[in-house]
Order: sequence, then structure tokens, then C-alpha cells
Amino acid sequence: MTISEEKVDDTILEAKRHPMDYLLRWDRLPHVWCSGCGLGSVLSCFIHAIAESGIDTKKIVVVSGIGCTGRASGYLDLDVFHTTHGRAIPFAIGLKLANPELKVIVFSGDGDLFAIGGNHIIHAARRNADITVICSNNFIYGMTGGQLAPTTPMGAWTSTSPYGNVEPNFNLCHLVASAGAIYVARWTSLNARRLQASMVEAIKKKGFSFIEVIPPCPTTFGRRNDYEEGIKMLEFFRENTIIRHGIDPGDAELNLGNKIVVGKFVDKEDKPTLSDHIARIQLFAKRR
Amino acid sequence: MSKKASIHDVLTGEHYISGNEAIAEGCLAAGCRFFGGYPITPSSEIAERMSRRLPQVGGVFIQMEDEIASIATILGASWAGRKSMTATSGPGISLMMENIGLGAMTETPFVIINVQRAGPSTGLPTLVGQGDVMQARWGSHGDYELIALSPNSVQEAFDLSIEAFNLAEKYRTPVIMLTDESICHMVEKLIIPTKSKIKIENRKKPTGSKKNHLTFKPDADMIPPMAAAGEGYNVFVTGLTHDTKGYPVITPEAQEILVKRLCDKILLNEEKIRLTEEYMTKDAKVLVISYGITARSAKGAVNLARKKGIKAGLLRLITIWPFPTKLIEELAKKVDAIVVAEINNGQIVKEVREATRKSVPVVLSSKLGGTVHTPKEILAKIEEVKKK
Repeated sequence: MTISEEKVDDTILEAKRHPMDYLLRWDRLPHVWCSGCGLGSVLSCFIHAIAESGIDTKKIVVVSGIGCTGRASGYLDLDVFHTTHGRAIPFAIGLKLANPELKVIVFSGDGDLFAIGGNHIIHAARRNADITVICSNNFIYGMTGGQLAPTTPMGAWTSTSPYGNVEPNFNLCHLVASAGAIYVARWTSLNARRLQASMVEAIKKKGFSFIEVIPPCPTTFGRRNDYEEGIKMLEFFRENTIIRHGIDPGDAELNLGNKIVVGKFVDKEDKPTLSDHIARIQLFAKRR
Repeated sequence: MSKKASIHDVLTGEHYISGNEAIAEGCLAAGCRFFGGYPITPSSEIAERMSRRLPQVGGVFIQMEDEIASIATILGASWAGRKSMTATSGPGISLMMENIGLGAMTETPFVIINVQRAGPSTGLPTLVGQGDVMQARWGSHGDYELIALSPNSVQEAFDLSIEAFNLAEKYRTPVIMLTDESICHMVEKLIIPTKSKIKIENRKKPTGSKKNHLTFKPDADMIPPMAAAGEGYNVFVTGLTHDTKGYPVITPEAQEILVKRLCDKILLNEEKIRLTEEYMTKDAKVLVISYGITARSAKGAVNLARKKGIKAGLLRLITIWPFPTKLIEELAKKVDAIVVAEINNGQIVKEVREATRKSVPVVLSSKLGGTVHTPKEILAKIEEVKKK
């Protein structure tokens, strides 16, 4: 008997499709992330949040920079942009200002958003640009093999800090809140339900909203820092995460071996966004 | 003009303004509705005028935190469907290089005005230069092509601003206006035609099904139609080497197909894109090649040479890239020698030498920046090379 190589519709698989699959680009899976990585869970929370937000998916645009998290946009069946390293935020601001009807979400990593792109995030927060930024903080440059990042905790081992990191790390939530963000939250990827609820809030918020999410990165961070398996890092999250809503994010530093303080730190009332101000001056200039 | 033009549209009428202001008006007349920039001498007047004018026509002006953010934001705006631009100079254009590559790779139409000052580094911030010619072509890493134009008057600065947007839209490419401090700070008469007389080109839009849209599937003309974000096509855009879907494909085969097309869509249309001006070239024995402000001195030099009985002529390059190699190859057959005048240490002269294949002597009339050539300086080169 000869077996035809012709493709047939795989109805069994079709039937097994997950209800959220309509937001994913099936033909791009499996994803590039390592086993034990938390980005899959974060992406899962994200697509659930998009669905739950009720926003017309036609109007949702996701912009990423470069890095492990930067690949997230590429699995979404939405308008997606994978830009240059560090420049997702100004690219996103261009999209939003040029078409204020769009819901623009930046989904990228800590190195991309806070090292090479650090200047852009503080200015986006200062301007109250009407975008949501989701930052996955794995404490390291994963895609390039585990080098030191500005988020690497003091004393941690990386491939470019072979004697232990000698630099203090950025407290991302504190930095962004100080620069003017109106919504700031931090979760680990283990807080899946809370993370998802927070994503819905952030996406629906008018103005600059920010979520830091901490996924396990066993391959490039954990391996050198006693968390060689993803599950071990998740266990650490389970035992050491404390929820503190509304605290000053300045008090929520992330240090090696310390408790991880998570929660919704900032949730301010809506105030006019950059888009609102631009619309106002357009109206003014038009009447003259 | 009997009726005063409305500030809410094309400023039809006679003006007496600078090159920078003319460029701003030209870009608005071309339909530009988004400016993202960062102040830098000698280009700042473009940003200043756009900050006042764009809201009047319903457009968006934003001053970004640096030049890298400026170019990234205009790429985003272009993908939201707006004609977008930035204006900069020396250090600013250097900072923009990486995202010019993203623009070429993602076939994003936008216009960069580079008001050239003399470099390297901070150089002569307030004084003229033409040292960014090769950078415009080769500045971002990897192989790519783009279009660069060079005006030699305030009127042409306006006209070419429209042309720059039309070419960007037609070929889905970054276009650089390689102008200079002298043209942009010079004040001359400008006539802005009525809106109906201005030819406007807009990017092709996809017409097929929105489901399973192929973001980068080219038509027969090598250029893919461009959907904007929010139109329901679910565009997939990456700076990685990609297939017609836009999906990353990290193979030498995909690289060959994509990069070849990106280059060919510009190079194979060189004659269609080409804009040049020839002055007294018919019987010329010494050909002067120049562009931008320097071409004005070169024309003076040709006139002086003719008075002295030397058969000189001028080829003024208006399109710098893609380079009109074929045209220069043909012209070189009819002349004894070529003089290239430019305000740099010899950049376009190398392209000219390649085009002529050493069939005639090609000499450089160089200035390193800060001032323009006098016609006499170029004349001296003409006299040096003319056949005794």
C-alpha cells in the first residue's frame, strides 16, 4: 500500500483546538522559548486578557523590540511589529498618535525596555502616552546567552559577571512610577490569574500603564544562580512572593534571595493623555 | 494671487522664504501629516514650522527625546497609514541609521530631510557640507537601496519634498533629501501651485481577502501593497529576514529572495526615478558634475569657461541615489574630461569614476566644508583638464 503525501484536513486536531487559538498564529508554533521558561504562561495570560478586555481585536496592535520576550508579538494573530532593539516604545507612540483609535501594547523584555530603550520608557511615562507596556523581567539577556542586564540583582552570576554582579539593579516599577505612569503593577508568571486581571486593567486604562512580570528563566539565569530548573524557580516564587497592593514601589526592591513583593502599586485616576492634548491643539489650530 | 490661501491646506501663492521653510511646505503639500523630530542645527526651522503648521492641517507634530526615537516613531506612524517624516543633520542622521535599515527591510515609506553640515562628529554645526552622500547610501548595515534627492534652490527644495514623498509611497522605501545648510538657510522666491496642480502618489493598498493576508507579497512590479495597522489585515512586520507572509525565515535562500528584491525594486527602476539637469552638454568637451548648492557655482564656472572659449557643460544630479551610472557612462563617451565638484573629500567622484570606467580623466574639485566653491575655483579645474 502506498500512502499519499498529499495534505488532508486534520479534523481531529481541528476539534481539539483551544478556544483561545484564534488569537495565535498557529503556523508559527512551536515557539522559540526554552523548556521551563515562563514566557508561554505570560503570553497565555495576555491573550486571555485581550479576549476579556472586550476590545475589538482589529484595533489592537502589539509592538516588540528584540530579545526572548521580543518574539512574543510574533505568535499573535493581530497587527504585530517586531522592531529594532530598544525602540518598540517610540514605534508604538508613532502608531498611537497617527491613529488614536488603535489600542497599542508594547510587549518586550527588561534589557530591551530599560537598558538600550531606557530613555524611551521614562519619556513615554512622562508624556502619559496612551499605551500599555508589558515588561517581562527575567533579570538577564536571554537571547544572547545570559549576559548581565540592568535588572540583574547585585551579586548574581551571569556570563559577563563571572565574579558576581557588582552593580545595583533598577527597580523598574519605581522608575516608571516616578516618571509618571498612571498604572504600575508587578507579578510573577506564577500569579497567572492576578497577572491576567492586571493586564485587563492596564489595557483598559487610558494613559501610560505598566506591568512588570517575572518569569522563570532556568536556561540562562537560573542555571548560574541555583535555579537550574524552571520548577525550582516557580517554587521559589510560590514560597517567597508577597502581595502588597498600593505600597510605594520604591519599597519593592528586587534583591537576590529576598522576598518578591508583587501587587498593584499605582492605579491613578485618568488624566488627559498625550493623544488628548494633541487632539486639543489640533482643534485650536483649526479654528484659527 | 487674488485670494489668500487657507492656512488649513496647501499655501498656494508667492512666498519669499528659506529652503527649510519651503521644505516644510512641500512636505505638507505632499500630504505629510506626521512629524517626529529632535532639534538640530541647521535643520531646526523645519521642525519649528511643522510644529505650527501640522495642527492647522489636522496633522501630528511630536518632538521626541532623541533622533533614534524620532525615526522609530515615524516608522510607526507610517504603518498607521500616515505620511510621515523627520528632519535632521550630521550627528542626528548618524543616530538614525539603524532604523533606516528597518525602514528598508520592512518597506516603510517615510522621508528624512538631511540638512547637511560639515562633519565628522560635531564638525561645523552652522556651516555647509556635502559629506553625508555615501552615508545616505551605505550608512545602515547590510545590503539595501534607497532614494536620495538633492535640490539646488528654494523652489526645488519645495518641489523635491513632494517628489520625495511620492517616491517613498510608490516604491515603499525611505527617501532621504540630501540637502545642505546653504540651500536651507537661503531665502528665495517660492511659488506654491494650487492643490489641483500638485501630483500626489499614494501607497498601493491590498485588495484581496483580509483573512490570511500576505503582508509582504510583491506584485509584478516587485512592490507589495501596504495595509495599515487597524485595517483588519493583521500585518506581520519584522526586521528579521522574512517570507511573503512577513514571517521570519532564517535561511540563505530567504535572504537571497528578499534582499535581491529590496535592492532590485530601486535599482531596476533607476531610469524611471532619475532626475537630472543638463546645461550646455550638447557640444561639451569638459563635463562638470555637481549637485545641491555646489551645482550653482558649477553653472557659474561653466559660463566663465564658455566665455573663455572652453566647451564646458554641466550635469546636475538631482537624484543622487540610485546613481545615474548609465547616463554618465553615455556622457563620458562624448567628453575629454570630467570635473566633479562637491563639498567633501571626494565621494560622488568615486561613483563617477566607476561609471566612466576610466575612459576619461575624472578630477575632483573639493572643499571640506564651511563654505561653497566659488565659480573660479571650479573654473580652475576645468582649465586644468581641458585638452590643450
